[in-house]
Amino acid sequence: MAPETAVYGKPLPHIDPDAQPYWTSLKEHQMRVQQCQACQRFFFPPSDYCPRCLSGELEWQPVIGHGSVYAAITMHHVYRPAYKEGVPYNISLVDLDEGARLWTNVVGCPPSEVRCGMRVELVYEDVTPEITLAKFRPSV
Amino acid sequence: MAVQQQTSLRGRYAIAGIGETELGKLPGRSTLSLHLEAMKSALADAGLTNQDVDGLLTNQPMHDPMRCYAAQVAHAAGITPTYATDLAMGGATPVAMAQHAAMAISAGLCKTVMCVHARNQASKHLLPHRADEVRNGTEDFKQPYGLLGAIAEHAFLASRHMYEFGTTSEQLGAVAVAFRKHACANASATMHKPITIEDHQNSRWIVEPLRLLDCALVSDGGGAFIVTSAERARDLAQRPAYILGMGSHVPMSNHAEAETLTTLGGKRSSQMAYDMAGLSPKDMDFAEIYDCFTITVVITLEDYGFCPKGEGGRGVQDGRIEMGGELPVNTHGGLLSQAHIEGMLHVTEAVKQLRGGVVEPERQVPGARVGIVSGHGADGNTHASLILSNEVAA
Repeated sequence: MAPETAVYGKPLPHIDPDAQPYWTSLKEHQMRVQQCQACQRFFFPPSDYCPRCLSGELEWQPVIGHGSVYAAITMHHVYRPAYKEGVPYNISLVDLDEGARLWTNVVGCPPSEVRCGMRVELVYEDVTPEITLAKFRPSV
Repeated sequence: MAVQQQTSLRGRYAIAGIGETELGKLPGRSTLSLHLEAMKSALADAGLTNQDVDGLLTNQPMHDPMRCYAAQVAHAAGITPTYATDLAMGGATPVAMAQHAAMAISAGLCKTVMCVHARNQASKHLLPHRADEVRNGTEDFKQPYGLLGAIAEHAFLASRHMYEFGTTSEQLGAVAVAFRKHACANASATMHKPITIEDHQNSRWIVEPLRLLDCALVSDGGGAFIVTSAERARDLAQRPAYILGMGSHVPMSNHAEAETLTTLGGKRSSQMAYDMAGLSPKDMDFAEIYDCFTITVVITLEDYGFCPKGEGGRGVQDGRIEMGGELPVNTHGGLLSQAHIEGMLHVTEAVKQLRGGVVEPERQVPGARVGIVSGHGADGNTHASLILSNEVAA
């Protein structure tokens, strides 16, 4: 592997205890998202309490990984040197079919082709030995 | 019940003094120094001294945070308030300060409240040893995907508004053009070169669908205003700007949990303010609308009832929000073209309009009697509204 690709220079998450199962699920390539057992709602980002009903009875549920783009933007400005080669790139809010909404990148098509309402499916990107990111591509 | 109690405060408190510092790039000026200059100017304006101030509201500067900021400012300004605290509503903070000041006086905690905010975002790199930025709590789920900064967060709002209502980039451009026109008439504004829709369309994408000219300036500077009772304000040096209505709303915690990105806190916040004031959008002679980005103005004008939801894009076109239009908006040039002091100057500008004869004649709203001010912060998650008038019974 070329030296410049051996080091992953983009920001990595700090893994807080309440989000550990989420990041572990991505590493295992089986995304899990919290579902409130009291109101049945799936939600994101992770929390120890449901943001709707404040119940603490939560389960980490596997999700299928299908969803729709809720909103889509294209980053042109380079905020950090690590992104210099990557612009322009898409960032989307994706609604999982189960209900939770994630911040993510839609990859596999030019950013200009990503539209609100577009169907997408999950792809895992192992960016370091410890961290896997959840990205999406247009559904086939 | 809440509205009833608020209504009892209608017209009982007023802004009695305002102050602004020089604006733009002020290398070597600390945020504390800018706070003091703004406060001194507001005291002189009102005909008061630091010994007359017994309440203090500050907003911890994002680029120069310090512990117990209000206490630091109080000490530096030689005041010993019986009510002092930092407020943290992002860009909604200055408008919220007026509300908290009225509440504190109403509760008997103090009589005269200094509300102040300054920042050195433009020149912060010239001041060593300063903290970078405060966490927002969701960055671990955003930054790994390259989601950085307020522009991207607001680009999501624009993405949805365009998708749901067909709003166009050219319509957003009309906001930038209008405020630049007002800034050109404002000696204190940073930007004095007129722009056209074509200039807007030719400006580069920052985070599509937002272009460079959709984005606020990065500024150094400060502002302050003093709230006291209506009776006391009438005995002071300036014509009072009475607080007729106020409201606030925190509609969601983040975009992931929001039910909508095209209606924000301004809807409920402005309704509270209209109810308290007994007024409606048609009674407003002007509006000072928080304009971190052009899309924020479009959404807020809809949420405030100046046009139906979804029609804000058309509502800002054809000079409707310019001087002489249906509703002059951001008569000072706003964050987009005057300076970005997180909305503090929207409050001071509204007071100037209501005093009359203070600003350049070409940007004075003729016969201005009532105006509304919006504050918007935390990427759309906080909002505050204020209705001011130069008459107690507008």
